[in-house]
Parts: sequence; C-alpha cells; structure tokens
Amino acid sequence: MSIQDKVISIIAEQAVLEPSDVTLDSTLEDLGIDSLGLVESIFAIEEEFDISIPFNANEPSESDFDISNVAAIIAGIEKLVAEKG
Amino acid sequence: MKRVVITGAGTINALGHSVPETLEAMREGRCGIGDLEFRDVERLSIRIGGQVRGFEAEGRFNRQQMSLYDRFTQFTLTAAKEALAQSGIEFHGELAAKSGVVLGTAGGGVSTWDDNYRSVYEDGKNRVHPFVVPKLMNNAAASHVSMEYNLKGPSFTVSTACASSNHAMAQAFQMVRSGMSPAMLTGGSESMLCFGGVKAWEGLRVMSKDACRPFSANRNGMVQGEGAGIFVFEEYEHAKKRGAEILCEVVGFAMSSDASDIVMPSKQGAARAISGALADGKISADSVGYINAHGTGTAANDKTECAAVADVFGPHADNLMISSTKSMHGHLIGGTGAVELLACIMALRDGVIAPTIGYEEPDPECALDVVPNEAREAQVDVALSNAFAFGGLNAVLALKKV
Repeated sequence: MSIQDKVISIIAEQAVLEPSDVTLDSTLEDLGIDSLGLVESIFAIEEEFDISIPFNANEPSESDFDISNVAAIIAGIEKLVAEKG
Repeated sequence: MKRVVITGAGTINALGHSVPETLEAMREGRCGIGDLEFRDVERLSIRIGGQVRGFEAEGRFNRQQMSLYDRFTQFTLTAAKEALAQSGIEFHGELAAKSGVVLGTAGGGVSTWDDNYRSVYEDGKNRVHPFVVPKLMNNAAASHVSMEYNLKGPSFTVSTACASSNHAMAQAFQMVRSGMSPAMLTGGSESMLCFGGVKAWEGLRVMSKDACRPFSANRNGMVQGEGAGIFVFEEYEHAKKRGAEILCEVVGFAMSSDASDIVMPSKQGAARAISGALADGKISADSVGYINAHGTGTAANDKTECAAVADVFGPHADNLMISSTKSMHGHLIGGTGAVELLACIMALRDGVIAPTIGYEEPDPECALDVVPNEAREAQVDVALSNAFAFGGLNAVLALKKV
C-alpha cells in the first residue's frame, strides 16, 4: 500500500467512512474529524510510519505541518518519511 | 448558616517552599518554570515544567514515613504543617471528632506507579515493595494528614482532574458553613512530573515546549507544575474566640458540568459556575475586583474562559482584573486551585494582584485586563477562583476580604 493509501485508510477509519469517501481535497472538517479526532489520527499515522509529526493542537496553523486538507497531510507525511530515510 | 474563614495557609510549589516565598515570587512576577530534571527526560518532547526544587524528603521524614509517602503526600504534609502552624488550631475531643480533611488530586501517587511499573516491566523484577498500594492511593495524602493532626471527622479525596482542589475546597466550605464541622483542612496536591506523567500529557498535544503564556495571542499550550496548597477553613465565631488571624472569608461556591465534551471547554458550563458562585455568596457581580483565572495557556481554555467572564459580568468585565498565575508555577492539575487560592488571598488581604507573566501579544478573544507581566496594587473586596476541568467539571469559589 502506498503512503497515500495508508494515510487515507487511517483518516477514513477515524471518520468512520469508506476510504473511497476520502478525497485529496477533503478537509478534516468536511470529514467530521474534530480536534480530538485529529490528534488521534496523527498518533495513528506516527505509529504506522514510525515518524514524529510536529503538531501542537494550540496552534495548528503555526505547526510545521499542514493539515489544511488530505493532500497536504499526505505531502507532509511523505516528506517526513523521506527525511527518515 | 455559619460564616467560614481561612485561618491558615501552606504551600510548596515551583515558586517557593512556603506561602511567604510564593507570594513574594508572585509579587515579583517570577517564573518557576524551567528544564525538567528526572530519569528518561531526554525521551520526552516536552521538557519544561514548574518543578519543585531543593526539596529533600530526607531529613523531613523518617525512614518508615518515606516508605509510605509518595511525593504528592510529602508535598501535602509539608504544606499542611505550614497551614496548621499559622492557624494555631489544635484538634482534641469534640473538635477533633467533627473536623476532617478534604483534598483534591488528579493522579495521586503517579511517581509510585511510574517507578513500580518500570521495575516490573522494564527491569523485569517480580516483586514490589509491600507499601506500593497505600503509597499510591489517591486518598493517601488526606489519610496521612488526618493521622498527623488527629482529624477524626469526615475525610476524603476528590478527583476531578484540573478542578480537584476547587471541588475539594467547595466540599470543605459546605461542611463548615452547614455547621457539620467547626474546621476542615482542605486544598490539594499533585506530583506528576515524572517520565510517565509528562509522557501521558505529551500525547494530547496541548503542551507548550517553551512557556505558559495565558491570554497572549501567541500562547501555545500548557506547562505542568507540581506541589500542594493546604488551608484551614474554620467557622468564623470559632476562629474569633481563639483570636486566630483571619486571612479572608470564603463566601460562596458553585459547581457545574458541561455535559458536552471530554476535553473541550464550554463557555456555558464555565459561566454557570461563575454566576452560580456569585448567587451562592449573594455577591453582586460589580463587587468582584479580581478573578484568578483557570488560564491554562491553551488556545481553547483562555478564549472560552474570557467569553464566559464577559457573559457573566457584562460591562463590569472590563473593570475587573483577571490573571493566571499558571504562567509562573505551571498547571498543578489536581492541586492547582489550591495554590491559586493564594493569589486570591494576596489580592484581598495585601491588595496585591498577581500578574499573568509571559504576556506578549494581545488576543482580541481575550480582551480583558489580564494584569500583564507586572503585579499591581489594588483594593479588592471580592475575588473568585476558577477551575474548569477536563471532563467538563467546573468549580468556582468566591472569597471576601474580612
């Protein structure tokens, strides 16, 4: 499974949706994922890829990790996975 | 109904090992938050906290006591000693039979859990010390205080996360006000600054890596603290007859539940607790001069709390002062309301308002007088202390100058 598919499946599980319902331009709000759901998704993604995501729930827009939509989240994770080497 | 006054106060926290040291630090706007020091701290991403420094259990407690006292109990007994010395109250006979101790803690003996889990899971040991259970239980501190000071009346521990101390003090207040007990020891204690304690909080991603800046637009989360605050709540006539020094009067309280979310605060729930405390104490809103805020420094709490205060006080919200001393001592979780009550006592008795330090940028969503960075002299007749816990459990106390 590609990084993209894995991330989408994690987000879909959190949103209680089918992966096919999660599109690249979906926002977390569209998917009904609240702040607690987001923190849980980030945890699941970190566990899946063995990475650390720099995310502070107090300042989501200031964090060095873009969560504006699914595509941005995937891009951020691909970068972190590549940096891990 | 009886009048209830505070005749003794004691504390230990990151700002000092006593009430005078703590109040001096609050007056000076000193920060007690710094680099955490304990085993495995390098495995944490959050490495700051309001840790109690220079506190050695050795010398204060004997070997037998040390094997029974978790750090949260040690803090409690240290603060209780100071409070009782100031109050001068002694418990014998009927007074002892009716008086008790109600304390708040969220985690109880967290470092005892941590040390012993490490020992059995990581070190592979198959045996733990026989006193692990009596050491870690949440009521250990209350029980040891009862034994130390012969308190034979109602004693128990309240655990409502970050509102534990306020809920505990509200209970003690009710017991004295109703005439059930002539005096009660109350307050709370917390000691979560160990690897497991901070790691758990780290997971929630609401912690700041650099500072606690309540109400500031650039705030980025809470910072944990540790310590205890203990008070003697006493029936007014009883205190007067003894010639005890009265620090202030406790006049009202209210508790409310948001019944909405396990972590996100609610403006309505907070506002109901604040207005409830005013109603319970028969206090007019415009007589309130100071509020010690819950003010955690998280994005969610501070704006919700300011909105609740604005709702309850209307135009008077712009006249009163509201500060968060968590900026200095950190968030003591279950012990926080107790240490913060000291700032209310300082406002009422000494006419000094503790500042919110670390304040850098105004936030339009927190547009109240947050007493930024420097303490202020002001005459205050009524002060409130807010606590709004995870789980949506709120408790607000109202205090009055005597």
